[in-house]
Amino acid sequence: MPFAGQLYSGAMRMTRNPADAEDLLQETMLRGFRGFESFTEGTNLRAWLFRIMTNLYINRYRAKQRQPVESDIDDVESMYLYRHLGDIDAVFASRSAEDQLIDMFPDDEVKAALEELPEIYRLPVLLADVQGFHYREIAEMLDIPIGTVMSRLHRGRKRMHQALYEYAMARGLTTTPRADTPREARSNDA
Amino acid sequence: MPDCEETLRELDSFLDDELSEAGHDAIRQHLGGCPDCLGAFDFHAELKQVIAEKCQRDEMPSGLLSRLEQCLESEGLPSAAPVDDRTV
Repeated sequence: MPFAGQLYSGAMRMTRNPADAEDLLQETMLRGFRGFESFTEGTNLRAWLFRIMTNLYINRYRAKQRQPVESDIDDVESMYLYRHLGDIDAVFASRSAEDQLIDMFPDDEVKAALEELPEIYRLPVLLADVQGFHYREIAEMLDIPIGTVMSRLHRGRKRMHQALYEYAMARGLTTTPRADTPREARSNDA
Repeated sequence: MPDCEETLRELDSFLDDELSEAGHDAIRQHLGGCPDCLGAFDFHAELKQVIAEKCQRDEMPSGLLSRLEQCLESEGLPSAAPVDDRTV
């Protein structure tokens, strides 16, 4: 079963519960096998399957929820987490940045930070940051312009990073914001 | 060469590998001489990697793969496709 593990994780982040995730995965596989003639040899099978799954999710599960609009997210400053983690560096001075971050945020908190994003942000972040698809592929999957993919990705990431920081603070990880960051880049939100 | 503000504006596109070769090179050139921007880019590159890794750690419910295969077989579909039971 090609990409079952990745598709299951994707389905979990979309539906946020194992029962719906299994249904979504099963339906995706059925559609994929039934419609395999429409798959173009030589193109990306993983992207094709994720496109099927994303469309199924949007058409089936999304109907149950109120649709958030873009303004539901308050704008978060750029590089929020980076600025706020301040002198954590000093605490973990002897270790690589990646080790620090891996230990700083437990799996459950990272998943929750993603899953709590309103769906219009959650899908682009999931498809780009977790599944590594290109903007062009995500634009096709979600049937939105590339510029919209970019602005939702940008805002979704900022919100997600803010959530990660808030979880860390709630656990009592206290720091002071770093002072040596470069000037804030202007937001590229449309 | 882009300045700090221009460089940071391209942070997402750079890390997502969505810039042209010339655009990518220009950012690299700036990062080579600017430890502040480099620190911010490094941080976000690592963060992206950590998020990708952690959001794909899901254990599939036991029996899910065999239920999937049964479902495909009951539809008369070939389930003999290459099996990928990685949870990562």
